[in-house]
Amino acid sequence: MFKRLTQLGLSLGLAVAGAAVAHAADKVSIVYIPKNTGNPYFDSLEKGFQDGCAKLGCTFDAQAPATADATSQIPFITAQTQRGVSVIAISPNSPDALNQVLDRARERGILVLAVNGDLVGNLQHRDAGILPVDFTKTGPGQVELLGSEIGYKGDIAILSATTDAPDQNTWIAAMKDVLAHNPKYAKMKLLTIAYGDDDPQKSTTEMEALIQKYPTLKGVISPTTVGVAAAAQVIETAGKAKQITLTGLGTPNQMRPFIKDGTVHAIQLWSPYNEGLLTAYFAVGVKSGAIKNSPGTTFEVPGLGTVTIGPDHIINTQAELTTFDESNIDKYNF
Amino acid sequence: MTTNLPPSASSQDASKPLWRATLMRPETMTLVLLVAAIIVGSLLSRFFDSLSFILESATYYSEFSIVALVLTLVIISGEIDLSPAAMMALSACLFGSAFQAGVPIGLAMVISIVSGVVMGAFNGFMVLWLRLPSLMVTIGTLTMYRGLAQILAGDRSISKFPTWFVGVDYRELYGVPIPVLIFIFASIVLAVVLGTTILGRQIYQIGTSEVAARYAGIKVRRIKFMLFVSMGVVSAICGLIATSRLASVRYDLASGGELQMVLIVMLGGTYIFGGRGTILGTFIASWLLVIIATGMTVADIPVTYQLTVMGLLLIVSIISTNLIYSRNQA
Repeated sequence: MFKRLTQLGLSLGLAVAGAAVAHAADKVSIVYIPKNTGNPYFDSLEKGFQDGCAKLGCTFDAQAPATADATSQIPFITAQTQRGVSVIAISPNSPDALNQVLDRARERGILVLAVNGDLVGNLQHRDAGILPVDFTKTGPGQVELLGSEIGYKGDIAILSATTDAPDQNTWIAAMKDVLAHNPKYAKMKLLTIAYGDDDPQKSTTEMEALIQKYPTLKGVISPTTVGVAAAAQVIETAGKAKQITLTGLGTPNQMRPFIKDGTVHAIQLWSPYNEGLLTAYFAVGVKSGAIKNSPGTTFEVPGLGTVTIGPDHIINTQAELTTFDESNIDKYNF
Repeated sequence: MTTNLPPSASSQDASKPLWRATLMRPETMTLVLLVAAIIVGSLLSRFFDSLSFILESATYYSEFSIVALVLTLVIISGEIDLSPAAMMALSACLFGSAFQAGVPIGLAMVISIVSGVVMGAFNGFMVLWLRLPSLMVTIGTLTMYRGLAQILAGDRSISKFPTWFVGVDYRELYGVPIPVLIFIFASIVLAVVLGTTILGRQIYQIGTSEVAARYAGIKVRRIKFMLFVSMGVVSAICGLIATSRLASVRYDLASGGELQMVLIVMLGGTYIFGGRGTILGTFIASWLLVIIATGMTVADIPVTYQLTVMGLLLIVSIISTNLIYSRNQA
């Protein structure tokens, strides 16, 4: 009886599904997989995609996993491959755990773009990387900003995202490098690196632990939007703004109250909106054949000017970080 | 935990008509949910009805499903083990570290399996010789094994394994990925052991009434110890499968997996207080989980809704399992 029921159910399901098969759309369909849900930074990036697709006539959708684990994006990539989208844009949670599943998507003709963070060390597993700024300048830029605020002297710490986060690790490596080799920063001493996993609660706990453990702490760099907001809240609550200088990568909307009340003097970032916009133009251009995906090719994006595909198919949305402080923060809304 | 009822649901249903006995089994509920999930999945998205896609997606859950099979035996025997996901991580990190230190990969695999034996035996020792509750012991070791994995592997991931080792989930036999084949094979073997052998009857008896089982001459401690060691071994094997699938290993491998494993066993109608349950139930429940997760992901349903559905499902299955068992007792 149940066997028959099962068969009935299956055939019913298949029949319905068969009827639902529509004509494949000719439009370019882009899906974007951010690191996780609930990260306002990616909302702004998605807005860029949406506005781009509204002008270009592509379809856009974003699908995010619940957590930023190294493996949490894998089922989403498989599902979108099965859906037969034309472009998968992804902000990878891991530089190596996604290689195989991305290869499988590319075998089926899907254009795979790493957005906002690259598959460091595994660049051959994606078609191009769209990065916010020239990442080699991000780490040194952050060190310079903090240094200028604390007189290039004192104990500092870093509050990062997950231990595996490829972009943060790239910047931290560059920070360590300038701290060790540039005589300008010789008196700044990096005590430790804490990991808040891009989770507000864990970032808060880690920041509280830093203050407890290192009474001499003068400065903290948090190169992640979740971390810097949590750290600012901790400093404000503990009343340590005079003692500890915080900087990092934060969105203007999130950090505005802390900059206005003096808890934080300045933060840096780029425009995630522009990244989404650029990726949409690039993806549609490559899919339609108008842009050749090879180093040296240039193309136009309205509002961003001429963009060049760099070595290793890396595209930088802007050259330098933008610094947000009391004087200019009200001009930005993301 | 200790009742005086016959060991399995089937023996007391003998007097009732077969269709009723079948209907009143908790696995039936799981099967109905599975069929419903397949139908809903097909309705939600036209991309769902593809066997190769479902099998490919099943590889992401197969490691937890394989461990859940052995966990079913442990729960039927009246114990629990919450440490398998942490054992997967520690054994896999031992494998990765050994390989990175220049140990031949075959030997590194042996090391990882042996570590599974040791971890399982440690759980068993604490529960059976020190007479501590398995819930407490394995909550303790779940944290300890995970901590040791983090000390061992640090915060980085270990990768660069040889190509033959990587990608077990992309190797197929008759179109079925190897991890799914292992799951099906393990299901058959354990179903036979539990359903037809003396050992199987003894496991049910221990879970139904440990005191009675001991008076009946069943070597309770030896059987339970063997079950805890088996948990360690199967966790180590699944840790290796996960490492091969991801081509890298990190201390947070399979983190949170213990809850998913318990969820599978409960969904399959196994009674949390022991004495009842089947491998068939766990087998069906594993597929139910795959179908639901896959169906909702391919239909672009936001992940927050997915978590809610999973939670609801667990509550429904617990209520129905309890209801069915209490009906059968009356």
